Amino acid sequence: MFNPTPRQFKTLKAILFVLALLPALRLLLYAFTDRLGANPIEFITRSSGDWTLYFLCITLAVTPLRRFTNWNWLVKLRRMLGLYAFFYACLHFITFLWFDHFFDLAEMLKDVVKRPFITVGFIAFVMLLPLALTSTNGMIRRLGGKRWQWLHRSLYVISMLGILHFWWMRAGKHNFEKPILFGAIVAALLLVRVYFALRNRAGQRAALQKRQVTPSPT
Amino acid sequence: MPLYRRPNGIDLPFASEITPREIFESRRSFIKQVAVGAVGAGSLLELSTGDAWAQASGAQKLAAKANPAYVVMDKATPYKDATTYNNFYEFGTDKADPAENAGSLKTRPWTVSIEGEVKKPMTLDIDSLLKLAPLEERIYRLRCVEGWSMVIPWIGYSLSALIKKMEPTGNAKYIEFTTLADNRQMPGLRSPVLEWPYVEGLRMDEAMHPLALLTFGMYGQVLPNQSGAPVRMVLPWKYGFKSAKSIVKIRFVKDQPRTAWNIAAAREYGFYSNVNPDVDHPRWSQATERRIGEDGFFTKKRKTLMFNGYSDVASLYTGMDLKKYF
Repeated sequence: MFNPTPRQFKTLKAILFVLALLPALRLLLYAFTDRLGANPIEFITRSSGDWTLYFLCITLAVTPLRRFTNWNWLVKLRRMLGLYAFFYACLHFITFLWFDHFFDLAEMLKDVVKRPFITVGFIAFVMLLPLALTSTNGMIRRLGGKRWQWLHRSLYVISMLGILHFWWMRAGKHNFEKPILFGAIVAALLLVRVYFALRNRAGQRAALQKRQVTPSPT
Repeated sequence: MPLYRRPNGIDLPFASEITPREIFESRRSFIKQVAVGAVGAGSLLELSTGDAWAQASGAQKLAAKANPAYVVMDKATPYKDATTYNNFYEFGTDKADPAENAGSLKTRPWTVSIEGEVKKPMTLDIDSLLKLAPLEERIYRLRCVEGWSMVIPWIGYSLSALIKKMEPTGNAKYIEFTTLADNRQMPGLRSPVLEWPYVEGLRMDEAMHPLALLTFGMYGQVLPNQSGAPVRMVLPWKYGFKSAKSIVKIRFVKDQPRTAWNIAAAREYGFYSNVNPDVDHPRWSQATERRIGEDGFFTKKRKTLMFNGYSDVASLYTGMDLKKYF
């Protein structure tokens, strides 16, 4: 089983940090070299939206991957990946607020209320905020593991809202290839969890029964 | 006359409505040429704004006289943006797809059949269609339903010229345009995004309006494939998708045609689809638009004008509830 030394882990994490930053650096490079196409704002909106979904999927993949491989150290990368999802969501939201609405908050809120696909995206973004804010060790301690875990399971709902947002965005054009792909990946990642939960419960029940039927020595 | 009044009531043109420098300078050099007597008759055509924008794309030139009645003072969209950012789903749904994939389209030989409620049904080849009326260059604003806009110098003639020659019967209430749908040439047809072939339509009086342009070229050249070569419609007061591309059939019909986007999502795309800032798309506001190639990151989106600023067409819709018939 692969188990990196602390030094190896540090290197791995640094590499991952830079890799995850590349999509943002690419946007910056493109912006300065005039390669964002005819509609740069659309390009940035789409790219940041896509990368939010990619990182949500990657973050959700950590636990199943850890369970299947027994690479328990993977969990130590999860916070960074989750925060990257938040980073790209922020980029996505700021593009909407700044370049699309020019900080006209009243107009923006009107859009949020009136248009379900924006409503859903906005709710998902707002729901990400407490997760990002409670990502520090101090907050985990303060909340307590159980409560922290309960809160962070809202990511399941957030990722579903994210996909619904994307789905509705594409609905008018009947162009569902990518939303279906994302939907399938998230569904698989959530179903794996259901499977783990069921297996866990079955295991517990078996253990309990075993204990009960074990004849007590007389 | 100003396009619209600014809030402060002063009728000043926006910076973007002032003649672009290139055109302005080409006029000056023209005047200079006249002064030194170096102008041949052919140079008159070179004055056309299309020529100022034409780029070395290897496309065939298409000569046309600029029609001063149809010149907007907006700056024309760069040729590169206008030809690499396109919706033409027969070549893919991404806006970069048409420029990438439309090379496979063969635009010669090409025929357009004229059918239906018409005294002279016929099949015209593209060259005779080109010669049916004198070609004009007209600079039109183009507003896409998605909230972006461009300004394009088109080359063509009023559709009414063709309609008059074909002599539709009294039964012809609508006109229907059909786009080519050939699997071998159009890779986008493999995805069931829309019902193929792409069909669009107009009411007869809309089709007869002088603004409705049967179009063969842009920027002084023949239409590039991704822009709907060899012949398309351009209807500047309607959202872009109303303008059928790569037309192979024009039918005069009694009943309102079933149009591609209306079939796909009737709630989102009406038959009329006039540019209307007061009727939102269900998923976004139509009150503003972003001008491609001109509005940068830090430019506020511009206000969309009723009928895209072509208020002449308003008389076509008197008494109609344009919120209901969107």
